[in-house]
Amino acid sequence: MQNHLYEYRKYIIGGIALLVVLSYIVRLAFLQLSNDEYKSSADNNAFLNNIIFPSRGAIYDRNGELLVYNQPAYDIMVIMREVNNLDTLEFCKTLNITKSAFEERMMLIKDRNKNPGYSTYTQQLFLPQISAEEFSVFQEKMFRFHGFYVRERTIRRYATDYCAHVLGDVAEVSPADVERDDYYDPGDYIGKQGVERSYEPELRGVKGVEVLLRDARGRIQGHYKNGALDRKPVPGKNLTLSIDAKVQALGERLMQGKMGAIVAIEPKTGEILCMVSAPSYDPHRMEGKQRGAQMMEMQRNPMKPMLNRAISGTYPPGSTFKTSQGLTFLQEGIITSSTAYPCYHGFVTKGMRVGCHGHGSPLPLVPAIATSCNGYFCWGLYHMLNNRQKYQTIQDAITTWKDYMVSMGFGYKLGVDLPGESRGMIPNADYYDRRLGRWNALGVISIAIGQGEVTLTPLQIANLCATIANRGYYITPHVVKGIQDGHIADSLRVKHHTKVDKTYYNMVVEGMRKAVLSGTCHSANNAQYAVCGKTGTAQNRGKDHSAFMGFAPMEDPKIAVAVYVENGGFGATYGVPIGALIMEQYINGELSPASEAKAASFQSRHIDYGTRER
Amino acid sequence: MTEQGSKGIFLSIDWVTIMLYVILIMWGWFSVCGACYDFNNPDLFAWETNSGKQIVWGGTSLVLATVLMLIEKRFYDTAAYVIYGSMILLLAITIVIAPDTKGSRSWLPMGPVKIQPAEFAKFAVALALGKLMDKYGFNIKNLKDIGTAIGLIILPMLLIIGQKETGSALVYLAFFLMLYREGMTGSLLFTGFACVVYFVVGMKFSDDYITNMPVSIGEFTVLLLAMIFTIGLVWVYCHNTYAVKIMAYTCFGSTILAMLFSIYVIPFDVCYVMLGACILMILYIIGLAVYTRIYKYALIAAFAIVSCSLFYLSSTIFDHLADHQRTRIEVLLGKKDDPRGAGYNVNQAKIAIGSGGLTGKGFLNGTQTKLRYVPEQHTDFIFCTVGEEEGFIGAAGVLIVYLLFIWRLIIVSERQTDTMGRVYGYCVLSIFLFHLFINVGMVLGLTPVIGIPLPFFSYGGSSLWGFTLLLFILLRMDAERNLKRK
Repeated sequence: MQNHLYEYRKYIIGGIALLVVLSYIVRLAFLQLSNDEYKSSADNNAFLNNIIFPSRGAIYDRNGELLVYNQPAYDIMVIMREVNNLDTLEFCKTLNITKSAFEERMMLIKDRNKNPGYSTYTQQLFLPQISAEEFSVFQEKMFRFHGFYVRERTIRRYATDYCAHVLGDVAEVSPADVERDDYYDPGDYIGKQGVERSYEPELRGVKGVEVLLRDARGRIQGHYKNGALDRKPVPGKNLTLSIDAKVQALGERLMQGKMGAIVAIEPKTGEILCMVSAPSYDPHRMEGKQRGAQMMEMQRNPMKPMLNRAISGTYPPGSTFKTSQGLTFLQEGIITSSTAYPCYHGFVTKGMRVGCHGHGSPLPLVPAIATSCNGYFCWGLYHMLNNRQKYQTIQDAITTWKDYMVSMGFGYKLGVDLPGESRGMIPNADYYDRRLGRWNALGVISIAIGQGEVTLTPLQIANLCATIANRGYYITPHVVKGIQDGHIADSLRVKHHTKVDKTYYNMVVEGMRKAVLSGTCHSANNAQYAVCGKTGTAQNRGKDHSAFMGFAPMEDPKIAVAVYVENGGFGATYGVPIGALIMEQYINGELSPASEAKAASFQSRHIDYGTRER
Repeated sequence: MTEQGSKGIFLSIDWVTIMLYVILIMWGWFSVCGACYDFNNPDLFAWETNSGKQIVWGGTSLVLATVLMLIEKRFYDTAAYVIYGSMILLLAITIVIAPDTKGSRSWLPMGPVKIQPAEFAKFAVALALGKLMDKYGFNIKNLKDIGTAIGLIILPMLLIIGQKETGSALVYLAFFLMLYREGMTGSLLFTGFACVVYFVVGMKFSDDYITNMPVSIGEFTVLLLAMIFTIGLVWVYCHNTYAVKIMAYTCFGSTILAMLFSIYVIPFDVCYVMLGACILMILYIIGLAVYTRIYKYALIAAFAIVSCSLFYLSSTIFDHLADHQRTRIEVLLGKKDDPRGAGYNVNQAKIAIGSGGLTGKGFLNGTQTKLRYVPEQHTDFIFCTVGEEEGFIGAAGVLIVYLLFIWRLIIVSERQTDTMGRVYGYCVLSIFLFHLFINVGMVLGLTPVIGIPLPFFSYGGSSLWGFTLLLFILLRMDAERNLKRK
């Protein structure tokens, strides 16, 4: 069908096209013919953005002891176009590299797939991070190597032999980092692990730039607009960790030859005083250009020294978990302070048996915590899950239980300011419905004593202890105490109250105090201050894990600590003595001679883990 | 198809268009060579270089073109909606499965190459529009019909915006030019034009003040333009000279009085008076609409309301744009002078073109582009290379070939025997015109920096195939024009 009515509009549309093209031609004429400014200035002049790197922030411990700092290093740069008549042999000798390494590096630079920003006119990174001594040798002969330049950089240096997992490390950005964030260019450094990664924006500062003019041959002609557009780099901010370097060092010593973790928290503030993950590694291994090879080696190690078990490892909490159960039963009215349950060497009913060791029976909550009675907490959970007056179904009961656990910081990430945190596992009704179909209280009873499906990270155990020390609240644990010219995130300063009242916490504290005075944690007792504690002995496929959590002093807690030693046996074997030493070191600032001897003996006690993959 | 038919078709192919197409592709290839030339790898035909790959894209495009010439128009007539539906589906899926590349989710990895479905969706929309408007009884004045047509255009736009490719989505606005040809009232086109003018003027001068007066130049100009446009519309569409006189005296009179008062007595913000005058004017037009029952008055009143509120609205919209888009607009409007930031591309592009002079520096001799000072110089900023290496003569030449190409497409479209062919043809030429307008405009610093390619010139397989697809479907339809419809 023809549409003659509007056919005239073809002239209008054609007219628009004509107008566009004509006005662009006029504009072209203006730019190219009449305007000499562009021609003369642009003929062969162009900008060169010379990046100036800021110094990365230093890292201190809570007492102001320097942990991480910067040291100047030098990158050898190359402009391919300017390389001519190079005496390759002499060059390689000066830099102490082989000829094949030289050729390989040159090939890599030219490979556009691996180096997308390649241009023969701009500086390309030839050899990163040579030391000041190597640089001085190279500098003397540099005039003979046309096209090679030096760029000043800084590398990270560690003033401590400890704390590798918390500090983390820096390395060259990956292509993915460059893709994700426009700030980075290939060859820049970025925090890869630990606080180096989680506080990257604070530590890195802001790159500066000099806008230089240069001619077509790349010769610098001076600053563009006399430097009006130059930007000074903004140095990175210094961090103060909440870690106490002495406590950290002691913790790492004590954990030598063992696997596991120690986390200590200052309950009032949520500041992490030490975070040990064993096996660990010397942070010096991550310095400079050896990092790649060291990383490879550690990643192949079956003991996984790179893994931060304190936040990434999930373990059955064992008996330390019983405190949280007692609190829940009290708040829900399942038990009172005087409710007593029988324990005939364990929890025995309807053909079900959870074993326990010998102690008086029946007994109420406080001694049940002190003696770590399995029967007591199994009965508590049994009565809670089967209480049909209070909860319509067992699903409702377990949902209520789960809500208590979540309010105590289990089952989800706590939000510590380090990368790689695990959330652990708190089962809910849906989980049991899917896994077990029809199920009853007896089938899941072992969660009452921290076994079965329940897993926590050592950080979550320490946080449980801090919550008890605070009588009912915690502050998200964190490792950074202060940021230069700033402050830590608000989310790390708010109180999280659990669903349990303070009065009930006091009963659990009493139980934990009694455990130290006359129960399972007897060896943690200290004459100078009142210690409260709870052991844990977690069953697993191999030998039991040894766990302990405790805080001191009882009335004004300064430190809450959790110790977890894989395959360490009873809680009292490794957990209690290690925890006691950590508390003593922090509260007294030093160890007594007797304790020092004890520490040395624990340092040399190794556990045989075999060589299987973990 | 009979033997006679095939022969007839061969003779009816529009060889002029094909010739222009080939010229543009070859010219484009030379430009890509210039933009990507690498002194270390001087082999222009090597697969590792972009110029080598572009040969492959060009070659496959010719194959694609040949295949397209074999597909009868009847097929598109039958399958138009199916193609449209599948494309919409593909666009939607792309949002979900495409990997995030610098914030955009529009590239689908297919083995060694990546394709951008948004480049291929245009022809599907054009076909669907053709099919819809070819329907018996379709009337562009009918609100439901035009609504459906606009819906067909908006849907893929939204999906492409969802892929964070606002630039590619804006291309679909070109279809309104086709709607205009098909009888959409010109006032709609005018309204769109007016909105752009308001936005640009309002934003550019919002923070500048008239000397010695607390009056924002942007606000003042926008309100003044709103008055002029509104009164103009009443004059053109309603022929009510009396009303025009009353409005003109009130608006301009009050404005001038307010200006005089502001200059000689007490300086104050004249815009308040102008806004008052505008509101009076709008009320008056609404009154006319109610009194005379002529709906045009109501539409004009709506236009006036939009005009007056747009300045205030645009600041709000502006604040909601993504940071890089806002910076780009600010740089374009000259509010920000930042040779290293967002304006860097445009500034470098101007230097590159400016240094070309009358005859250019010669093939492969451009230094500005060689030094990689212009980012994306082989894709969106390819016109720089033309300007630098081939000078004014080359750059103007490219524009003239494009003009011929578009002129030829108008002829081809107009001689179609049915609405589907004509609508499709106008869709194609509108898209080419839009790309030319925006792409060359941004390189010359005249239009916003929207990342869309220059057809046949910019490096890239997706865009080359996409444009070939668009064009050759039209050429095949055109070749069938002399056949009787079965």
